[in-house]
Amino acid sequence: MENLNDLLNGFYVALSFKNIGFMIIGVLLGIVVGVLPGLGGPNGVAILLPLTFGMEPVSAIILLTSLYWGALFGGAITSILFNIPGEAWSVATTFDGYPMAQQGRAAEALTLAFTASFIGALAGVILITFVAPLVASFALKFGPAEYFAVFFLTFCSFIGLGKDKRSKILVSLCIGFLLAAVGLDSVSGDLRMTFDNPQLLRGFDFLVVVIGLFGVSEILVTMEEGLAFKGKKAAIDLKVVLKTWASLPKYWLTLIRSSLVGLWMGVTPGGAIAASFMGYGLAKRFSPNGDKFGTGETEGVLAPETSAHAAGTAALLPMLALGIPGSATAAVLLGGLLIWGLQPGPLLFVEQKSFVWGLIASMYLGNIVGLIIVLATVPLFAAILRIPFSVVAPIILIICAIGAYTVRNSGFDIWEMVIFGIIGYIFKKLDYPIAPLVLAIVLGDRTESSFRQAILGYEGSLSVFWSNGLVGSLMVIALLLLFWPIVTEQIAALRRRRASASSAS
Amino acid sequence: MEIKGLTLVVSACALSICGTASAAWEPTKPIEIVVPFAPGGASDQMARTIQGAITKNNLTKTPVIVVNKPAAAGGEAMLEIKAAKGDAHKLLTTSSGLYMTPLSSKLPVSWRDFTPVAMLAQDEFLLWTYNDAPYKTAADLMAAAKTGQNIRIGGAGSKREDHLITWALGDEAAAKITYIPYAGGGPTSVQLAGKHIEGSTGNPSEEIASWRAGNARPLCLLSPKRMAYKEKITDTTAWSDIPICAEQGIKFTYNMLRGMFMPGGVSNEQRDFYVDLFKKVQDTAEWKEYLARTALLPDFRSGAAFVEFLTVDEQRHKDLMDKAGFLAR
Repeated sequence: MENLNDLLNGFYVALSFKNIGFMIIGVLLGIVVGVLPGLGGPNGVAILLPLTFGMEPVSAIILLTSLYWGALFGGAITSILFNIPGEAWSVATTFDGYPMAQQGRAAEALTLAFTASFIGALAGVILITFVAPLVASFALKFGPAEYFAVFFLTFCSFIGLGKDKRSKILVSLCIGFLLAAVGLDSVSGDLRMTFDNPQLLRGFDFLVVVIGLFGVSEILVTMEEGLAFKGKKAAIDLKVVLKTWASLPKYWLTLIRSSLVGLWMGVTPGGAIAASFMGYGLAKRFSPNGDKFGTGETEGVLAPETSAHAAGTAALLPMLALGIPGSATAAVLLGGLLIWGLQPGPLLFVEQKSFVWGLIASMYLGNIVGLIIVLATVPLFAAILRIPFSVVAPIILIICAIGAYTVRNSGFDIWEMVIFGIIGYIFKKLDYPIAPLVLAIVLGDRTESSFRQAILGYEGSLSVFWSNGLVGSLMVIALLLLFWPIVTEQIAALRRRRASASSAS
Repeated sequence: MEIKGLTLVVSACALSICGTASAAWEPTKPIEIVVPFAPGGASDQMARTIQGAITKNNLTKTPVIVVNKPAAAGGEAMLEIKAAKGDAHKLLTTSSGLYMTPLSSKLPVSWRDFTPVAMLAQDEFLLWTYNDAPYKTAADLMAAAKTGQNIRIGGAGSKREDHLITWALGDEAAAKITYIPYAGGGPTSVQLAGKHIEGSTGNPSEEIASWRAGNARPLCLLSPKRMAYKEKITDTTAWSDIPICAEQGIKFTYNMLRGMFMPGGVSNEQRDFYVDLFKKVQDTAEWKEYLARTALLPDFRSGAAFVEFLTVDEQRHKDLMDKAGFLAR
């Protein structure tokens, strides 16, 4: 109850004209930042940070977190319209969002994505409001072994051992791990596979790879298929929003499951990127329409967006409660807290009550403001697909190139993007899945280092992965998900055999 | 003769005018501070504090931008500054990584490729343990390691400051201590609070939140003398109350420079502008507040004093890293 009282006071702080104005500005800037690939949330927040030095801490953090919400919303737009993920966590949104847009259902897909984002974020804020201290201490239970188990679980739930293309999945995964290993090895401190080339020191940046693999290769494929967007006859009307909303209650189970996955990944902190893949993978596994995933399935858009946002929001919790950033953006915000003269950590909730609760209240309001703004822009963005491909394609390519350049201000990255565009094209032609490669690039490095840290701390013994209930059960669930298709296959085969045996006798 | 004398006077005059004119060199473009670490870390916080102090007090006419280049343990940033020869609008924030990264990775770069501007402060290192750990002093921890217990000390990165300190502690006690490299000081602090490791060698700024929250506790300070900050951080203890490790029988000490460099090939006048700028920054309220908050040891050096410090400090790192086996083969 005390929390509720504090929250109401928080609303009182956040609901001034000035602060609502900052929310709107923040969300709008965030959408721009999210739409431009490469210029991600952390960069946007870092760029804006110096402007806030002179502001009141509450207003400053409201502006910056609103930018964060805007970026989370904006990342979905280019994923759905052009198959270019604006942010790393919207990669999984492309899997079904882009096919929907191609079928002329862009407005529907955008509405789904935005609404799912909102639901996910809401779940995150509710978590922060009511159980912050409890959850924060749970996050402390995560040592290297538990981290590895979480990443392992993500891989298993997303990839599993599907019926077809097992060898192709494996090849794609291995290429991803190989690319992830380039650069400085954080455990041994040695450089790996850099061949004395200063450009390779940095390793392969995930965003550059993704812009190439998804965006550029898609343009190559479209060019080959005859220079046309398939989404031309997109219905452009705000009524779509209401119609889409009417269909949502059917998917309550997916929404709840994805929210839980996201909250879990945000707190632990596996992060929004891993959460989006895991949310998608689980929805595919357990939805009755699982087979149709990848062809423009509603749940395929809802699941990753809900998970990503629940995780993105929940990632702020460890920052507030423990002073540990759960994400890159949270890390920049953490620096901001210090500069405004606030010491993050458990005492923040006691010493700076009005700041903390003002921030939490602004999370509710910022998301509502964000949802209204992005939904209003749905017809506008959907209309882009009516522009002839020959006009849009060069613009997309330029945006891709700027995005790739912005990641690290390096011209080399533009070439990297082009090369990955060609690799993506070859993958598509040979029918190799791209997603396992992307997942391995994002999580490969962290998975490897947590594995090695765990082994180091346990004097070289693999038993560390069964050393307590938490890590043990994570590993069991992961293995179960990995072999689930095989298990169900065997059971089905056994039943058939029994059925045929009984009919024969 | 007369004419000759006149030219002498004129040329001397010209020289002096020339001198004053270029001493007044000022940046004409935005000043870029390159941080060789990720946003949110200690180096990043210092750069952003300086950015804030300069901006709020209007110390420069052009804006200050902070850019993070964290790849290859700062190697990327150092190579960039090396390549930006003659660019007087770029600065690099540095820590001991200045020598350690090239020494451990064989990257073709050294601080001698840069123009040293100023050392702003020295950072302290402490030995920490989790709050309800059985170790009351550093000696207890070392004794436990000697009896063959699995003592794990975590820190940021591999073959860097924390790793070197851990190695030196184990070497001095002739005991096996396992070092676990994490992604940074923040994650290390969490791992300590979660009792996944027995100790860490964090800077004050990395562990203060955890200490105040009752998750971690300092054992001793790895410095020749105690800190000067007398304000209470927890209910009972101030930074100045923490004993130095020598009081607990550990001889090894370690401090880390926090300084600013420019690319090579800039003029003395350009360098002097920044020396002067950082002197002004030292006097701002923002900087003083930052020093106290992060418990840094104030130690401003520029010119020959700074170069001498770097020379000695680099040799010390080289010797230690050689003994620890951290040098690139």
